[in-house]
Amino acid sequence: MRAWITSDAIDPAAVLGLVGAREDGAALLFLGVVRDHNDGRAVIGIRYEAYVEMAERVLAEIAAEAAERLATDRLAVVHRIGELAVGEASVAIAVSSPHRAEAFDACRHVIEEIKARLPVWKEERYAGEPSRWLEGVVPPVTGGQP
Amino acid sequence: MRIRLLFFASYRDLAGGEELELHAEPGATAGAVVDALRRRGGGLGRLPAAPAVAVNRVHSPLSTLLHEGDELALLPPVAGG
Repeated sequence: MRAWITSDAIDPAAVLGLVGAREDGAALLFLGVVRDHNDGRAVIGIRYEAYVEMAERVLAEIAAEAAERLATDRLAVVHRIGELAVGEASVAIAVSSPHRAEAFDACRHVIEEIKARLPVWKEERYAGEPSRWLEGVVPPVTGGQP
Repeated sequence: MRIRLLFFASYRDLAGGEELELHAEPGATAGAVVDALRRRGGGLGRLPAAPAVAVNRVHSPLSTLLHEGDELALLPPVAGG
């Protein structure tokens, strides 16, 4: 199992190469990619910012939860930060398992939980107008004293 | 006690910086520190009354008691992926 944050371009084949075993009949690669429009605006890129030390811990936690669903540890997830252009991958998730159902389920868990609680923010860039921070979701409390 | 405050994304824009060291009364909660920050006015005064926070890198409630040297991060709604 691998989970990390990077400032470098994501190599999807390398991420997929981290999973897989002779007993696996399903190998899945999900990419989250910067698209050229949002909310009726033409997007030219996104700057991703993270609370890196916390994001690495939370991403590892999410990966561990997904591995439990998967019942194997063959899962890799990376989230990129910094300036990304349209078409570049911000997230890659690779999963493999003996059968497809668990692989899809684990992959879905990882991307949904990234969106719900990973301390990462997006500043969207537009042609000819100021960039803006995108509205996000309030992360659930997972620790601390009541 | 000393508390290390961290601001991200839109909250950093409001705070005018990424990091701040603050002295709080022993036994202060995360929420009490947020209230004290908001009372400073300016950009900090525009922080929400009940932002999401992380104490020592864990999503935590505002009622969390802080201790000497704790890291308190104010987290705008998250938007990863």
